[in-house]
Amino acid sequence: MHIEGYIALFWDSLKRYYINPYCITLSLSELRHSASLANKVFIQRDYSEGTTCKFQTKFPSELESRIERTLFEDTVKTLNNYYAEAEKIGGQSYLEGCLACATAYLIFLCMETRYEKVLKKIAKYIQEQNEKIYAPRGLLITDPIERGMRVIEISIYEDRGSSGSSSGSSSVSGSTAR
Amino acid sequence: MHLGVSESMRECEYSQISTRSSTPMETPYKKRTPKKRKWEIFPGRNKFYCDGRIMMAKQTGVFYLTLILILVTCGLFFTFDCPFLAQQLTPVIPVIGGVLFLFVLGTLLRTSFSDPGVLPRATQDEAADLERQIDVANGGTGYRPPPRTKEVVINGQTVKLKYCFTCKIFRPPRASHCSLCDNCVERFDHHCPWVGNCVGRRNYRFFYMFILSLSFLTIFIFAFVITHIILSSHQNGFLSALKDSPASVLEVVVCFFSVWSIVGLSGFHTYLISSNQTTNEDIKGSWSSKRGKDNYNPYSYGNIFTNCCAALCGPLPPSLIDRRGFVEADVPQLAPPTNGITMYGSTQSQQSHMCDQDQCIQSTKFVLQAAATPLLQHQSSEPVILTTSPENGGTLTGRASLALTGPCTSLPLGQPTPPNSTSSLSCHEATDKLPVHGHTLTHNHSNPLQESVFQHHFLTPEEVPSPPGMLHCGSPMGHSHTAQAGFYDPASQDSLHEDSVRGLVKLSSV
Repeated sequence: MHIEGYIALFWDSLKRYYINPYCITLSLSELRHSASLANKVFIQRDYSEGTTCKFQTKFPSELESRIERTLFEDTVKTLNNYYAEAEKIGGQSYLEGCLACATAYLIFLCMETRYEKVLKKIAKYIQEQNEKIYAPRGLLITDPIERGMRVIEISIYEDRGSSGSSSGSSSVSGSTAR
Repeated sequence: MHLGVSESMRECEYSQISTRSSTPMETPYKKRTPKKRKWEIFPGRNKFYCDGRIMMAKQTGVFYLTLILILVTCGLFFTFDCPFLAQQLTPVIPVIGGVLFLFVLGTLLRTSFSDPGVLPRATQDEAADLERQIDVANGGTGYRPPPRTKEVVINGQTVKLKYCFTCKIFRPPRASHCSLCDNCVERFDHHCPWVGNCVGRRNYRFFYMFILSLSFLTIFIFAFVITHIILSSHQNGFLSALKDSPASVLEVVVCFFSVWSIVGLSGFHTYLISSNQTTNEDIKGSWSSKRGKDNYNPYSYGNIFTNCCAALCGPLPPSLIDRRGFVEADVPQLAPPTNGITMYGSTQSQQSHMCDQDQCIQSTKFVLQAAATPLLQHQSSEPVILTTSPENGGTLTGRASLALTGPCTSLPLGQPTPPNSTSSLSCHEATDKLPVHGHTLTHNHSNPLQESVFQHHFLTPEEVPSPPGMLHCGSPMGHSHTAQAGFYDPASQDSLHEDSVRGLVKLSSV
């Protein structure tokens, strides 16, 4: 795997990130030239505590040969904490809500909500994680906001030459699924 | 950007995603405007203004009526009553009136123009992954088609998640598909034609503040117009007071008739907010104790105050559809033959004829909907009423008859999501041989009842929403309905009727 190539790519997309923070898939499309997309894993939402945004921490079997379980769980847990922070109901959100209400909600036209601030943090965090941990292993996380906060999408890439060899686990799980 | 162009694009947008055949149509368009924004290809039935900043439902007629009613009544009040009141009583009255008026207008526009919390539709890969999961869950049972519901436990309460055949997702808890806008909306409350938008997670607080302040404004204007009439009738007698300010009479009439419904509605929504329910859940009685002893609302925080604060002052969730983002040139997709999603790949090649099929499906569906609508309006417990996209309206009769006589008659239709889908679909032994996506319509002549069941085709562009009543009105539809469909005015009747029915329900439950 060409680690330097990946890192260069991500520097590039990091620069782009400041133009459009939600735009990570651009780097994905570039990545396609050096490696081919083998599979995608979707981490679903965990609704056990209500409709607040929380993702399941269950480790998907497709990633077993790719990444350590703890690393993956760390990422998801951190993401969950970020979302919990964004959706926390407390003094700050009450203050923001009352202020906005007093201005007939017109203040939101020029003010960034706390949720949006946290979302930017999340986008940055995912970018970092992709760079440090996931890209060298041929994986890429897509920011959940791009998928309607329904799923964390993890794309599994493999080198064009060795196509089929490392996707063994995923194709096995695919065929047992039938 | 010409609206006409973008509308026609949106009409076949779904086929652009699901088929390969539409690329030639797209290319010349792309050359002209290399970067397209996402709202231009938005699959739902919405209108966008100001380059995607403003988002509304397709039918906005009633919204303009609301706006005109508010503007005219307040305009008359400020020009004819306020000068007199400010002189005779106190200048505070026009000031308070002005502040209330601006607040009402601000919240109304925020409600109407913002994204109610639309959930973006699943990408192909996500949909394929869900299909596989459904398949796995159903693996052992053989020929039984997937039940298409998922159960989750929320705070100790089991909640059923239904699969949305249009958005290709399991609807998150509290989300519902708005048939007028053709979108799944988070924490769906209702579709409000008066504000010309759905009311959902993102604009519920705006909506609530709108009706609350509007009820104050109506009471305020009503009270002071009466004061004006009384004061001036002390000076010159009642009849001449009426003659002097005919505008006041008009205001009194408008306020008198609107104040009841508005105050009733805000009372109803205050109750909903304090118990953390949505109109949708309240009408269905999802958490009513009549359903069972230990049925309770799992979303409630347990006390009225926290519920109110959470609904009105909680953090405002972001829009999930990124309307003003640019469409990416090529979204990376799975190479079909590599792995477990092979079935998914094979359906793509089947899709080459989908573009013409779509038209047939749409028109056939239209006839069915026209036939079914009167029934549905009474039987449907969900506030979803069938309409067709207005684009179909024009060439309707021709297309409809073509669909009925032509070879497309047996085409798969959008699948309703019957609550008892397992039993109603169980006759299709053929389905397990087919690719996961492509349940085609199998006419089972041995069972006349089953024949009327609408089959699901995974790639149909739109969903026919699915009240149980639909199942019985399918097969007898024939050529007689074609004529009926020609006169059918889809949207306005529906929304008005729907609104009046719902208004009655709300008022009765207050």
